[in-house]
Amino acid sequence: MRAVTLRAPTQGRTWLLVGLSVLLVVLVLFMEALKPLFQFAFPDLQSPLYDRESFLQLTLDHLLLVLVSSVISVSVGVGAGLFVTRRGGREFEPLVSSLAAIGQTFPPAAVLAIVVPLAGFGFVPTIVALTLYGLLPVVQNTIAGLGTVPATTLEAARGTGMSRAQILLRVELPLAMRVIIAGVRVSVIINIGTATIGSTVGAQSLGTPIIAGLVGNNIAYVIQGAVLVGLLAIVTDLFFERLERRFSFGG
Amino acid sequence: MHSTKVSKGESEGLVANRVLLTLLVAALIGAALLPFAAMAPNRLVSGQSVGLVSALLAWQWGTLGLLAVLLGLCALSRPFSLPAAYRLVLVAAPLWLLLVLYGLGSYADRALEDASSAARISQGAAFWIVAFCPVLMIVDAFQRLHTNLALRSLYAALLAGSVAAMFALDVFDGLAILREYANNRELFAAEFATHLRLVASALGPALAIGLPLGLLAHRRSGARGPLFGLLNFFQTIPSIALFALLVAPLAALSEALPFLRALGVKGIGATPAIIALIMYALLPIVRNTYAGFAGVAATTLEAARGMGMTSRQILWRVEIPLALPVILSGLRIVTVQAIGLTVVAALIGAGGLGSFIFQGLGQYAIDLVLLGAVPTIALAVVADFLLQILVAISKPAGAR
Repeated sequence: MRAVTLRAPTQGRTWLLVGLSVLLVVLVLFMEALKPLFQFAFPDLQSPLYDRESFLQLTLDHLLLVLVSSVISVSVGVGAGLFVTRRGGREFEPLVSSLAAIGQTFPPAAVLAIVVPLAGFGFVPTIVALTLYGLLPVVQNTIAGLGTVPATTLEAARGTGMSRAQILLRVELPLAMRVIIAGVRVSVIINIGTATIGSTVGAQSLGTPIIAGLVGNNIAYVIQGAVLVGLLAIVTDLFFERLERRFSFGG
Repeated sequence: MHSTKVSKGESEGLVANRVLLTLLVAALIGAALLPFAAMAPNRLVSGQSVGLVSALLAWQWGTLGLLAVLLGLCALSRPFSLPAAYRLVLVAAPLWLLLVLYGLGSYADRALEDASSAARISQGAAFWIVAFCPVLMIVDAFQRLHTNLALRSLYAALLAGSVAAMFALDVFDGLAILREYANNRELFAAEFATHLRLVASALGPALAIGLPLGLLAHRRSGARGPLFGLLNFFQTIPSIALFALLVAPLAALSEALPFLRALGVKGIGATPAIIALIMYALLPIVRNTYAGFAGVAATTLEAARGMGMTSRQILWRVEIPLALPVILSGLRIVTVQAIGLTVVAALIGAGGLGSFIFQGLGQYAIDLVLLGAVPTIALAVVADFLLQILVAISKPAGAR
């Protein structure tokens, strides 16, 4: 597929990122202050504010799920991508690429629902499911990113007498970094969404108030959870967008 | 060109195909160490594990062993030549797969003979590994043979047909997942239909909105930034949050406007699900439509204008046919994505296969979870494959 290049006004995006981050932090810390607002909007509700757990704790749990699984996904995924693009592992490249492509057609929610019961409910099984799924875009983009490095560039690097490790660290990885980060971005954003569903398999996250609200017919809980997790995803996405731009050379 | 690449380099040494060997070793280790099946006294208790050799009859695991030896030989540089080894894999691997499936079904039947009627037989981790590895062997063999899509499709159809025949012959009826199905036969058909209906009713409007927007993004460069920014914003919001956030305003709207209520628009149910699915579908459709049009060469347009075609003719006879493969790849992404997201829509009461998943998770009834999850995955994979064929067909003859 042809890459679509979008030039966004950088200045505006930065302010958006800062503004939304501040909003997110303020909402996480001071959601209680909005209780009268929810009370006013939903006068029929007995409890207009989710109070079984603090929003700070829910957010931290959510971040921990995403962070742990993403760190594993990225290290294993980049490692696998590097392995199949080196001489020793090149034979595995077609299979690993199609595995990553086929695997991404599996719905994340279905993967979560199959993996978690196999490993028992709760935090660790959810991490396993998130990690497995998060691997795929990272592997795919690592292979794609390293594939974009022109053969002439590698030839030139070899010609200047660089060792293989030097070529990898000083030429290939820097040139592939933008595409690899794009893969990490997809992986992390999917994981933020899937961690939300993790609350149905016993992992506490920002999805917990959403599910509690949907089950108990409490729209206020639903809104509180959904706004926070939506903001979290958007802030993360904007952050990665900046990071990607930092690594684009001459573009 | 390809065949020389295959025969060079890879045939040196004792091992000719390290990928095949790795998959085979993974399957054998999985079969040796992990449970192949589990038997539980009823649906809510977790079961007692059974290994592959004790679950299967002697002739079954014996044949599996022989097939493993044959596949092992295919991975070596002798006695078979490389192309012969690949073709042999294409025969041996599916036999292995079908035998594993048959073995699981027959084990379930035998185990249930002297057990109570509430007993449940479920497939274990080793089963998934031993069934998945031959599929990967087949994929790998096709990639190395550079077979064209038509042959691959025929092969996939034959394999899928064989598995379907086993279902039709009641081979798997002893398995817990199919007993869940037997208990929910009508409900399953209804939820499956709901799932497809939700996907279809989102894709129609998404195409109707997305295609013109993609054309607009192509024609007006100024609209591109804000448009893609907004659509990316939709795409970033986690599915459950977007579904849930649409519940509240729609509930209020339907409360306030009786005609909407008469149309069936409610806060909970299909309406928020379809709206959310449309919002998610827009980015890939618009992006690919734009990319498709942007990919039409300026010289081609120049030639069409030189022939005296009007701009309408150029759009319909030149630009759209040339952009079609890229647009259809967008449709492929969106269809697979929508099938997956519809699972989550079950949480806001829209129904679909996700309702089995979440009901099963709520009751700790794993087989019910699988009754929702496995068909969803199968649906996504099949849709992906069919649309891949469509994309290939839509390419102009020279580019195929």
